[in-house]
This record gives sequence, C-alpha cells and structure tokens, in this order.
Amino acid sequence: MELLLQQILAGIATGTIYACIALAIVMTYQTIGHLNFAQGEMAMFSTFLAWQLIQWGLPYWTAFALTVALSFAGGVLIERIVLRPIHNAPVLSHVAVFIGLLAILNSLAGFIWDFNVKPFPTPFGTAPLIANGFIDAHQAGMIAVTILLLAFLYGFFRFTRVGLAMRASANDPVSARLVGIRVGWMAALGWGMAAAIGAVAGMMIAPIVFLEPNMMLGVLLYGFAGAVLGGLGSPAGAVIGGLIVGVVENLAGTFIPVVGGELKFTIALAIIVAVLVMKPQGLFGRPVLHRV
Amino acid sequence: MPRLNNPRVTLAIIAVALVLPLVIQNFLTFQLTLVLVYAIAIIGLNLLTGFNGQFSLGHSAFYAIGAYVAAMLMDKADFPYAMTLPVAGIACFVFGFLFGLPALRLEGVYLALATFALAVATPQILKLSPLEHWTGGVQGIVVNKPEAPFGLPLTEDQWLYYFTLLITIVMTVLAHNLVASRTGRAMMAIRDNPIAARSMGINIALYKSLTFGVSALYTGVAGALGAIVVQFVAPDSFTFFLSISLLVGLVVGGVGWIPGAFFGGAFVLFVPNLAESFSKGLSGAVYGVMIIVLIYVLPTGAAGLTRAASRWWRAKA
Repeated sequence: MELLLQQILAGIATGTIYACIALAIVMTYQTIGHLNFAQGEMAMFSTFLAWQLIQWGLPYWTAFALTVALSFAGGVLIERIVLRPIHNAPVLSHVAVFIGLLAILNSLAGFIWDFNVKPFPTPFGTAPLIANGFIDAHQAGMIAVTILLLAFLYGFFRFTRVGLAMRASANDPVSARLVGIRVGWMAALGWGMAAAIGAVAGMMIAPIVFLEPNMMLGVLLYGFAGAVLGGLGSPAGAVIGGLIVGVVENLAGTFIPVVGGELKFTIALAIIVAVLVMKPQGLFGRPVLHRV
Repeated sequence: MPRLNNPRVTLAIIAVALVLPLVIQNFLTFQLTLVLVYAIAIIGLNLLTGFNGQFSLGHSAFYAIGAYVAAMLMDKADFPYAMTLPVAGIACFVFGFLFGLPALRLEGVYLALATFALAVATPQILKLSPLEHWTGGVQGIVVNKPEAPFGLPLTEDQWLYYFTLLITIVMTVLAHNLVASRTGRAMMAIRDNPIAARSMGINIALYKSLTFGVSALYTGVAGALGAIVVQFVAPDSFTFFLSISLLVGLVVGGVGWIPGAFFGGAFVLFVPNLAESFSKGLSGAVYGVMIIVLIYVLPTGAAGLTRAASRWWRAKA
C-alpha cells in the first residue's frame, strides 16, 4: 500500500512536467488548430536562454521573468515570420514546417551552447518536503507553479478582454473579425503565450532532466500524449491528462512484471490509445459537430 | 495532377535509371537504391494520407516490421532474400489492417497520436529481452548481401539496384492502377467527403482498413528491401524520426501524386547530407531552413513543379 502511494506521488511529480508541456501544446492548438511539433524545442531554447542569463550573473527570478518575456516575443516573431505566410496551407505542410523549426532550434542550440549536459539550478531546493521523502521541494514547487499557471490562464481567458477576444477568434474567426478583433494578431498572441508557458515548463523540468539540446524529445512525446488524452480543447484537461500519463507510466513500470520496466512508455501509450478508442475526443474534450 | 500517362517520358526515365549504375560509383548506386526503397515507403504513406486522408506518424513501425521479418527469415530460416518480400508484405498488410480497425474511430490528431504510439513503441518492443533470441535485441541482426545470380557481371550493389528498381516499377504501376480503379475512387471519395461517400454506398470501415493494410504492405516491402540493401537491422534505425522523414518526403514530393515519392525519397536521403556539407555544426538548421523554404516556394511539392513545367512545355509546343 505504501509502495502504491509512493509510486502515485512520484507519478504525479513527473506528471506535472508533462502537464506543463501539454498546456503549451494545447495553447497552440487552440489558436491555430495544429499540433506544434517544435514546442519542445522552443521550450528547450528558452531554457538555454535562462541558463545563459544566470551564467551572466542575473538572480534566478530576474532571469526567469526575462526568459518568459523573451520567449513570448520569440513565439510572436515565429508566428509572424514563419507561420503567417502559410496559415491557409494544408495540415501536412504545417507538420513539415514544424519539423523544420524543430531541426533549426535543436541544431542552433547545439551550435551556440554545445551538446554537453549542463546542470540547471532550482529555486526551491531539493530537500525532501515531508519526513519520509515522497516528493522533494523542487517537485512540490513545480506542482505549485503549474497550478498558478493554470489559475492565471483560467483568469486570463475568463475575465480579460484580450482573453475573450482570443477565445472568440479561435471559436469563430469570421464573426470575430466582424466585431473588430484582429484575428491574425490573436494567433500571434497565442503563440507567444505558448512559448512563454513552454519556457516556464522548460525551466521547471531542466533541474530534473538536465539541460541539453535533446532534453525535450522524451518530454514532448509524453506531453502530446497528455494533451490528447485530456482533450485538445481544454487546458485543465491537458494538465489532468499529463498527470494521468505520469501516474500510469510509473505504476506500469512498477507493477507489471517482466516487461513493465522496459515498456512503461509503451504500456502508457497503449492505455491512452485504448481510452481514445472508447472516447475519441479525449477525456475532457467536447465532440466536434460538423454541419453537413 | 500530372500523371504517368506520357509513355515517352516514362520510358526515358526508366532508360536513364537502367544505365545509371553502369556509369556511377558503387556508393552512389547504393544511395540510389535507398532512394528507391524510401520511394516505395512514401508511396505507401501517400496511398493512406494523400488518397484516403488518414494521417499516420506510425509508418516507421511498418517499415521496421518489414525489415525484421525479412532479416529474421534470412537469418533464422535461410530464406532466399527475394522470397522475404512477399512474406514481409503480407505480414504488414495483416498488421496494418488490424491496426486500421480500432483506428477507424479516430480522426485527425487523435489518429496521429495512435499511430505515433505505434512508432514509439516499436523500437522498445524490438529491444525487449524476452524476444532477444529472435530480434537480436539492441544489437540487431546482420544479413548477407546477395550476389548477382546467373553469373551476371554486376557488383553486389549494382545487382541490388536492379532488383530494387524492378520491385519499385512493379509497385509504382500497381499503386497507379489501384488509385485509378473503382477502389481508388472510393478511397478518394472517403477522403473528400465521408458522408457523401457513405451515402453512395461505399463501405467506409472496410475501405479505410484496407487502405491501412495496403499502405502498410508497401512500407513493409520497402522495409524488407531496406534490410537487404543495408544488410543490417537494429531497433534504433526505426524510431519516430523515420516516420517524420517519410512524412517530409511525402510533402516534398507532393501529397496525392504517386511519382512524387521519388523526389521525396531523394530529398530525405540526399538533403541531410547536403546540409552537412554546408556546415557541420549547423547541419540541422540548414536542413530545417531547406524544408521551410521548400514549403514556401513549392507548397504543393514536386507535383506542383512538374505540373507547371508540363504546362509551360505544352504552351511552348
């Protein structure tokens, strides 16, 4: 029983990582209707920026705020420069462009900061949080940051004019434009926010997985799984989806004999696919109705 | 869409393809063979994505299954290499068909996730220790390079090239005929408007699963050929990135145009090397920029370019 509890808690702790990146994925999906394969690399690049700022002697939280701001600007720029010209192109062209972006960011980061693994500081410390050490302070801090982020997003989309305008232009671009919302800029704003959320996720994850250009590959896969499981239409669903992925992965690795350890990701994915077959819109997504 | 309906152009291309290995170096011949292998796999993906509108990130799994079936048959059962292709194809067809059944309920990104799971799971399953006796675990399997039969004065690379070329031509013609047939029209009708297709009496579930199977068959045959050509299979050759490469090849060649697969195959094989020759450190960035520029300049891939060229040619004549 204690083992079970411990594994669930550990799963929630890793699940928070996936939840953060799933949140960024859902942001992009909401604003432009595509899964951004370069999301992980964008987060990785932001984390390198933070690392560089800290190396230059800035205090952690200053570097944190600066990185979030820079990532936001970077996200807006990417949308304006790279994606704006092809916003009417078919899905596959988008996928190809995202893969291009992924390759560019990965290679640039390796070129500028090399491929050696670097430690990344945590502002929360690593002491165990409670006496028997189920989760440590950094993991608890990470969970807190994710909850804050989610609360902020909820408030932003619910109570601010800009948030409302973003939702409107995602929901019905034509009507949104008719009431005077600049739909194109809302997409850019969404990209900026996704990049900023990714930056936060990257900085939270880096102390655990360590900083290097390929750090996000695995995390992105889990993030996708979490986002799709939760339903791509709902940020809270994405977070819950990410947590479920983390817990299922951990439990599969611990309690399924022989193949559990080697196949934990596979088993997690198989369960997710099974859930999707049962509920094709994800756990918290609404079914999309088409007018015939 | 431009079609392979100009016999003179087709024959000229085949003639060039036949003469080429006699005048170029062995390594280049080997690379051209791989281009053909990728082209077969991309045709398979095109049948599914381009003609049936189903999205797949999982074709590296079918490629891997084809490659492993071929390698295991040759390594454990001493199968002649040519005989492994139909077995690999049928195995992948069955697997693809079965995978297509639950995938029927999923659309768009959700199907992408399911196929993606397949792509990620495959290398892990191949590495699994209980299966190591057959799959060779992380080390993989080494197979022998076949020699030219009947005492033909060809090097091994040249012979394999001709062998692959023959298979490629057969597979291309079959795909072309499939798409032009009643079945092909049903596939495209499902892509364009599933509800209208259903009201015309098309069995959507059957055709979608069958297309999945045929697509997997093509990719599996490509995988088997790839195993024979490279003489080696290992789990880490068949990661998610192989799927991505095939997708990039599909987009570059032109979605929904079968001959585009050859452009796509050449792109995924040669362009990363080309990027590396520009700059070692930034090769990934150069590759990425090339993909993005290509999407900007040629949004419909090589298909659009060929169409424009043939229009220009006709206007001139």
